Amino acid sequence: MSFWNDPLKVAADWLEGVFAGWGMDAILAHVLVAFLGVFLLITILMVLDIFLVWIERKVVARFQDRLGPNRLGPFGLIQPFADIIKLIIKEDTTPGGADKVVYNLAPVLSMMSVLILWAVVPIAPVMLGTDLNVGVLFLIAAGAIGTLSIIMAGWSSNNKFAMIGGFRQVAVMVSFEVPMLAMLMIPVIFAGSMNMNAIIDAQNVWYFFISPLGAVIFLIAAIAELGRAPFDLAEGESELVSGFNIEYSGMKFGMFYAGELLHAFTFGGFWAILFFGGYRFFGLEQVSPFLAILILVIKAMLGYWVIMWVRYTMMRIRIDQMLGFNWKFLTPLAFALLLVTALMNALLAGASTWLYVFGMFLANVVTGWIALEIARSATRKERASVEGPKPVEAHH
Amino acid sequence: MTAQQIIFLIVALYTLGSALMVVTTRNLVHAALWLVSTLFGVAVAYALLNANFIAVVQVVVYIGAIAILFIFAVMLTRKDMRDAGPQMNSNWWAGALVAVLVFGGLTSLLSGWSGFQNTAAALPSGFDAISLLGESLTSPEAFVLPFEVASVLLLAALVGAVYVAFNKK
Amino acid sequence: MVPLSWYLIFAAALFSIGLFGVLVRRNAIAILLGVELMLNAVNINLVAFWRYGEALAMTGQVFAVIVFAVAAAEVSVGLALVISVYRRRNTVVADELDMLKW
Repeated sequence: MSFWNDPLKVAADWLEGVFAGWGMDAILAHVLVAFLGVFLLITILMVLDIFLVWIERKVVARFQDRLGPNRLGPFGLIQPFADIIKLIIKEDTTPGGADKVVYNLAPVLSMMSVLILWAVVPIAPVMLGTDLNVGVLFLIAAGAIGTLSIIMAGWSSNNKFAMIGGFRQVAVMVSFEVPMLAMLMIPVIFAGSMNMNAIIDAQNVWYFFISPLGAVIFLIAAIAELGRAPFDLAEGESELVSGFNIEYSGMKFGMFYAGELLHAFTFGGFWAILFFGGYRFFGLEQVSPFLAILILVIKAMLGYWVIMWVRYTMMRIRIDQMLGFNWKFLTPLAFALLLVTALMNALLAGASTWLYVFGMFLANVVTGWIALEIARSATRKERASVEGPKPVEAHH
Repeated sequence: MTAQQIIFLIVALYTLGSALMVVTTRNLVHAALWLVSTLFGVAVAYALLNANFIAVVQVVVYIGAIAILFIFAVMLTRKDMRDAGPQMNSNWWAGALVAVLVFGGLTSLLSGWSGFQNTAAALPSGFDAISLLGESLTSPEAFVLPFEVASVLLLAALVGAVYVAFNKK
Repeated sequence: MVPLSWYLIFAAALFSIGLFGVLVRRNAIAILLGVELMLNAVNINLVAFWRYGEALAMTGQVFAVIVFAVAAAEVSVGLALVISVYRRRNTVVADELDMLKW
């Protein structure tokens, strides 16, 4: 067990030895080392967050056919640091009549709900925060805390626009948790366990190829959970004066903004873990844990890029369209897909791998095609009832 | 005092303190937020009892749905942003007396039971609570009937809540 | 080793606090908050008995899951009723909701 094979355990054991040498008893040393590990992870994530700001601005610039920040430092790399300095030196206002404790607690809870997700992300075969056997459900639980923080922010600002924005965002988040939960069950059905490591280990064929419709629905529900376009009615700058964020300035707003970017990257990571094999890449991850971390970060960046691509390509959807889309199309489709997946999994239980993959893929495509046909015919009927019958053209 | 006992005491005191704040604070939104803190403490208690699926479901169902429903309801049923009037009945001393009597009665009743001071048996190794729970909930020899009845109950509650709160314009 | 009595006393205390909330608060929603506390106390009892009793028979956890479902159903219908009453009578104070239609 050398440093390159299992760095965390070697470092933890060495540190515990040092603390025991100083005279601390074993349990206290263990707890202290665990705290240091958490502190290290959070520091790395926050530093990553700074570069996510840079990546976001560069990528949006390239999508919009411009260059992005390129004045500060090479390729504009110092730009996020300038942003941080600006946010820190801004005046930290609290609106009069606001509920001070709740107002100050909301950005903290929002950031906490994102950081806590990384406790169950397996970044390498031997490096994992905590090996919960309900890791998949933990994702939804952390989303619940994020939802709570938004409604706290919206209400405590003592501002009607903030409250409406907060209500809308929470309604969207709570609604889209339903198809997301159903789609989280699909890797669980395939792997037979809710443990994140078990799901990664079982992905000899990436689950994206076995259940593409599941991956797509999970992506749509995740983008809605994140509150990013096209579902960003609550905090788009041109809508409702940026929603629950209105009264927040300075570093408190910075925490919401940075938390949202880190949340998007985290969901890119979860999309990679659940549907693209996580840190696995044809056996490369067994070579060294650092290689596994690199593979996971690359896949998470690709997922994050897809989420950014959707953001900067699609228009914003209205709140009633969002909720109608969820309850009338996405949730029935998600549950139908879950039923079809469970049925096909039981039917193809003993089949060979290629037959299984092909059968599931076909079932997914058929389900998606049927759903689209139903949606298309419903749209045709609605359009006919609104526009009236088309006039018959005279043929020559 | 083992570490487990200290942790349990901290969690129990935190939860009971939050519960007291739920029933005594004047501001209703604060009461709902203290309820969130209480529910979180209860989830930690479940985790201490090795029921981690129940702990996570507690956070998802109670904090993620029920507490948010409470906060929405509090915000939708007030004329302004402040709470008016006293928040306790005029007979609050009688309520406190009844609560203390119930607590005393429950503890004295339970302490007469022979298994009151049991300690937990160690769980068998390789114990997979989730698959066992899944089998109990769906196996005809176990509890599939209450499970299905609970889902019908949820459907009835869904239809009823939508109908009752529907704003017929 | 935490004896079972500690969990049972904890649950009994939570139940009594919830009972106090139900009996004493004026606002209808605050009464529902007290009911939630009582349901959580019951759940702690069920899970504690599962753990300290026959852990292989999942009866306690199954009961707890059914109580989750029942509590969710009851809260949603109760709050829908409270909102509906607020729309008609413009008040949610339980003392003022003492007459049927007049």
